Amino acid sequence: MALPGLAPRALRPLREATPACRPSYRTISARACPQPRRVILGQTTVIGAAGRKTDPIRPVPTQGLLQQRRQQSSTATPAPTFYTEEEPGRTALYDLHLKHGGKMVEFGGYSMPVQYGDLSITNSHNWTREKCSLFDVGHMVQYHCDGPGAESLLETVTPAGLKDLAPGQSTLSALLHPVTGGIVDDCMITRLEEGPKHLFYVVTNAGNRKKDYDFFNAAIEKWSDTMNPYVQLRHLEAEGQPFGLVALQGPLSAEILGAALSSACKVDVSKWYFGNTKHITLALPSGESLPIVASRGGYTGEDGFELSIHPSQTIEATEQLLKVGSEDNLRMAGLGARDSLRLEAGMCLYGHDIDDSTTPPEAALNFIIPKHRRTADDIGFHGAETIIPQLTPVSKGGKGVSRRRVGLIVEGAPAREGAGVVSQEGKAIGTVTSGCPSPTLKKNIAMAYVEDGMHKSGTEVQVVVRGKNRKATVTKMPFVPNKFYRGAM
Amino acid sequence: MSGAFAGRALKHGMDAVSRCSRPQFQRLRTQKPAFKPAVRSFTASTRAWEKKYTEDHEWIELSSDGKTGTIGISTYAAKALGDVVFVELPTLDLEVSAGDSIGAVESVKSASDIMTPVSGKIVEANSVLEDTPGKINKSPEGDGWLAKIEMSDAKEVEKLMDADGYRKFTEEADGH
Repeated sequence: MALPGLAPRALRPLREATPACRPSYRTISARACPQPRRVILGQTTVIGAAGRKTDPIRPVPTQGLLQQRRQQSSTATPAPTFYTEEEPGRTALYDLHLKHGGKMVEFGGYSMPVQYGDLSITNSHNWTREKCSLFDVGHMVQYHCDGPGAESLLETVTPAGLKDLAPGQSTLSALLHPVTGGIVDDCMITRLEEGPKHLFYVVTNAGNRKKDYDFFNAAIEKWSDTMNPYVQLRHLEAEGQPFGLVALQGPLSAEILGAALSSACKVDVSKWYFGNTKHITLALPSGESLPIVASRGGYTGEDGFELSIHPSQTIEATEQLLKVGSEDNLRMAGLGARDSLRLEAGMCLYGHDIDDSTTPPEAALNFIIPKHRRTADDIGFHGAETIIPQLTPVSKGGKGVSRRRVGLIVEGAPAREGAGVVSQEGKAIGTVTSGCPSPTLKKNIAMAYVEDGMHKSGTEVQVVVRGKNRKATVTKMPFVPNKFYRGAM
Repeated sequence: MSGAFAGRALKHGMDAVSRCSRPQFQRLRTQKPAFKPAVRSFTASTRAWEKKYTEDHEWIELSSDGKTGTIGISTYAAKALGDVVFVELPTLDLEVSAGDSIGAVESVKSASDIMTPVSGKIVEANSVLEDTPGKINKSPEGDGWLAKIEMSDAKEVEKLMDADGYRKFTEEADGH
């Protein structure tokens, strides 16, 4: 396990000072061209069957920290490609969208379908709740983060409890600004491989592509400066093209994905629960088996999967899914339906319901901070000094928050982003951050930030739409109960 | 959403629509004796006057005496909006100038103000749309009309596009 051409004797003593369980790793050159991701099929069953896998005992590396640092520095390459509103990028499925009558709009620097020719947004929304929809979410940004320092780096920039995250498990989290604890972006973090090497799969929002990358880059630079263990962040791409990301959402998605798996794939869809990621193989018409990393979950509140697919085969795999699903059960759906679905599911849209100025407690996202990360031992994440006191209300000796994200049901006109929220007495108490008529509930739903104290469900407030005050009631979210597949656990 | 129609959504007229709350408005309307338009209804008045369109995708059609106009949104706009799920109607007797917001149509995705193409006084609103907003999609230039206005200056209509001009206008908008 010795690294080549190293270890002058003078520095040897340092080695003794480092912890015995210090991770081993390969050289940079061995990991310089990581794509396409080689899927380790053998591991899938291990993870599924045995839960958390124990670390194999590895020999202690033969050189000290300083030497490591000289040989390899933490990096964030390759970076994603940055597009502009004027010249948006295209996902691998762009032509497929056009073929299906996709009405394209610019979103997050990408040209994306807002809806398709055959279904209105409402119909597409209802279709997802009743059957299954396929969403191209390839505009989102996928990263691999690995190296001995990966876990601690991610636990520094997010409040996630990654030590408890077994391989194959995912968690919603947020990148946080230092000190203020404002949300840089929300993200999904999945552990693909356990320590000491660590491999995490991180998905962030399209609209924050540049900001997130700069944020990671700065965090990693600072990380390196303080002699932390090596970490590398890589945009997930092959031949310069980002990996595709396709979501199946709706009650029929398990059935459809199950039917699309290759006969050699050992994954049992009925034992694959929400928040878990598996290595699957899809049967392609060519007879090939395509390895894919897929997570159970999504952004609609329905059962579903998100499939990360090699760029050269994203189109083929998507067409195959559409074929297996058949037009009777599976249709493509765009950003329009995705937005109303996620709103019904009470999920935040970055730049609207959360932004750089909101902290997780303000955004009612306390659940992304596990208990053990709120205690003194494990507190070291960006903005903890602001966020931890906010978790305890003023009445219990904490700082509390002055505003909170809540759900509203509005009578009469739908309330949209920017509409003012006023109390029964007419005092301004907040602002709507997103809202729409809910196709499922046939009521107007909205998310808003309101003053602390006005946030309890059942509180009667008013929302100002086109100059008129409309009655509204603070309501628990999700508005439509989610149907995540959690099995009988 | 395409073009100017969605672009101006919600920018205009916070005060133009509302002089009273909706319950008040509804009460007022029921108390009022059934309004008798000075002219025959819209559906019967198609012969004498050509329908005109604005660049904001409203249409107006004048009654045979040229004093009253019926306002709605164009078929093109209704298609662009998608399923209309809510219609905000103008208050009766509202005095408006050309370009003022007199109401709004909302789909799941968007809210769009409706601007009056001409100045005058609102004399009728299509209350059917309150319960069946989808009528705007089914018949945007017929039963899905929005309001009737008593015009203060009939000449304003002359500046608007005719059907042919509007068709060209939308084709150009789509061309971009």
